[in-house]
Amino acid sequence: MPKKVVYEAAIEYLQILDENGNLDKNLAKDTLTDEEVLSLYEQMVTYRHLDEVAFKLQRSGRMGTYPQNKGQEAAAMGTAFAAKKGIDFLVPCYRENAALFMHGLPPHYILLHWMGDERGNQIPEGVHCTPLSIPIGTQMLHAAGIAWAYKIRKEPRCALTYFGDGATSEGDFHEAMNFASVLQAPCIFICQNNQWAISVPREVQMNSETVAQKALAYGMPGIQVDGNDLFAVYKATREALDRARAGGGPSFIECVTYRLADHTTADDARRYRDPKEVEAWVAKDPIIRHRRYLESKGLWDDAKQAAAEAKAKTIVSEIVKTAESIAKPAITDIFDYTFAELPTDLIRQRDTMRTSSLGQNPEQAGLTGSSVEVA
Amino acid sequence: MPEMNLVQAINSTLAHEMERDERVVVLGEDVGLNGGVFRVTEGLQARFGAERVVDTPLAESGIMGSAVGLAMAGMRPVPEIQFEGFLGPAYDQLVNHAARYRTRSRGAITIPLTVRVPVGGGIHAPELHSDSPEAIYAHHPGLKVVMPSTPSDAKGLLLAAIRDPDPVVFFEPKRVYRSFKEDVSDEDYTIEIGKAKVVSEGEHVTVVTWGAPVFQCLAAMDELPEDVSVELIDLRSIYPWDIDCVVESVRKTGRCVVVHEAPKTCGFGAEISSTIQEQCFLHLQAPVQRVAGFDTVMPYYKLELEYMPEAPRIAEAIRQVLAY
Repeated sequence: MPKKVVYEAAIEYLQILDENGNLDKNLAKDTLTDEEVLSLYEQMVTYRHLDEVAFKLQRSGRMGTYPQNKGQEAAAMGTAFAAKKGIDFLVPCYRENAALFMHGLPPHYILLHWMGDERGNQIPEGVHCTPLSIPIGTQMLHAAGIAWAYKIRKEPRCALTYFGDGATSEGDFHEAMNFASVLQAPCIFICQNNQWAISVPREVQMNSETVAQKALAYGMPGIQVDGNDLFAVYKATREALDRARAGGGPSFIECVTYRLADHTTADDARRYRDPKEVEAWVAKDPIIRHRRYLESKGLWDDAKQAAAEAKAKTIVSEIVKTAESIAKPAITDIFDYTFAELPTDLIRQRDTMRTSSLGQNPEQAGLTGSSVEVA
Repeated sequence: MPEMNLVQAINSTLAHEMERDERVVVLGEDVGLNGGVFRVTEGLQARFGAERVVDTPLAESGIMGSAVGLAMAGMRPVPEIQFEGFLGPAYDQLVNHAARYRTRSRGAITIPLTVRVPVGGGIHAPELHSDSPEAIYAHHPGLKVVMPSTPSDAKGLLLAAIRDPDPVVFFEPKRVYRSFKEDVSDEDYTIEIGKAKVVSEGEHVTVVTWGAPVFQCLAAMDELPEDVSVELIDLRSIYPWDIDCVVESVRKTGRCVVVHEAPKTCGFGAEISSTIQEQCFLHLQAPVQRVAGFDTVMPYYKLELEYMPEAPRIAEAIRQVLAY
């Protein structure tokens, strides 16, 4: 018996707007209108400014550790713009600020989270997303489960989950992909391949040529797109969502992008990253190319840029003011969300702020009326 | 003797043992070129090569499970899990495999691995970067669990752990990493796993703790009247733990306060308190008290110091035990 090929596959790469702002008009058909690109670009400028201000807040001691989003805005925005606000569900990791804002999360929530305050996770009614997920690669299974529920209830809704290239090394990633595929759940897996998992580059992280090919193992459509190109990201996501809503199951989108900043404010990427590589990616910055595109169409100029930047400053300073005006939570907050109804001992701990039984009940120590001072 | 903080002491001890024993390999996320997110493995890859100091894929179960295999095959793996919260995905490999292999193979297969894990709160870290899960691992037969609080104890315990024929969880309190320096001997020395340290001798009350709260206990002692004599014990090893040292001390003082960052219920303080009740019953002058984290999720940093056992709460418990 001769050997035969039993499986063949290829991964497509989609780019519509290149780094010089040139658009492939054929591919761009039925994607984004000029008005939409203008609006997305202005938001991108605002969220970039917020990201830079957040970095400064950390440096000046007004916020804890913060992971910058700089450079990855198009991947976040193009995907979220394709999703239906108030219908589809976003399950992010911790570097998709713009996606969450576009899906309705008030931006000060993100600052509040990094200011060490759980109220930044208290997602408002009607906003369909989970809070930032801090551990790597655990949240995709939740998205698979959410999408599964939509399928069971026959609701035309999808879950979109975000994660990095490093997260695809975790076991939970593979389990999520397999579950979603086996169950044909309407779940869109969006990999922000930003080339670095803290200090580990993609080629050390995996031996796979692309991240997208991992979808093939699970019998799931997978595509690689230029993650700094709003058109490509939007088109791939909309196609995946249309397919999922029509009962076609999950899809995988690898957004090729770059983490322009350090992993977090606790990191120093100069220790492990060649500055020339960063420079090369700065040239591919989504802000630069979308501005070039708008300018080439006569829709943008320096005056408009100055106005957009001024507007961004005003918006961002309001966001910061809102986050900083929220006072430290009451101490009882530590306890009150542990269960729907607190067990008796937890109520005791909350009311006395003590775990020691004598601290909870001084009479037990025979201290009533004694001269021993209790702090 | 060079002065070192906890990070430097662990770093130089790893280098010392890698120099001495070529079976020792360090593996984990960002431990190589970057030297670890806390810089504990800084310079080791440059010195010992990328074959022995390995930047692994981002997968804690993979790190722990492959370390089990390395150990089985005669290596001495020292994996790092970046934060204690990320032990979750590695839990199955550590608890159901590393811990059980000796027993299930009736000694034919052993797992000499030392997993290093930064632990505890107090450094304004994000979610799942501030927990204290030592009791969970102490509860699993087949695992040894240590948590040094000083640079020189870290050296002796780390050498003992790496040379131990069984798996050891080596917790490193983050709050202490760079909080102070002390002289650390250049000599090769080990500290026996299971031996506590009496930090200060005293007559009136025994305080038992480990990790970063050692320093909160010292601060609490400063708040007490001068004539109160506290015996402070740094357990150093959570499992096996130094029952004799604690029992002997409590029989002398008749009073005991146990302090830990982990939640009170099923925290290791419960085990200590119960053992004292069993072995010191007629010596006790007051009920043993636990000053611990609350039975809640570790809060984000705005409230973390309210959650943790800080000096005033410890001092109050000591005063109440004395007044009982």
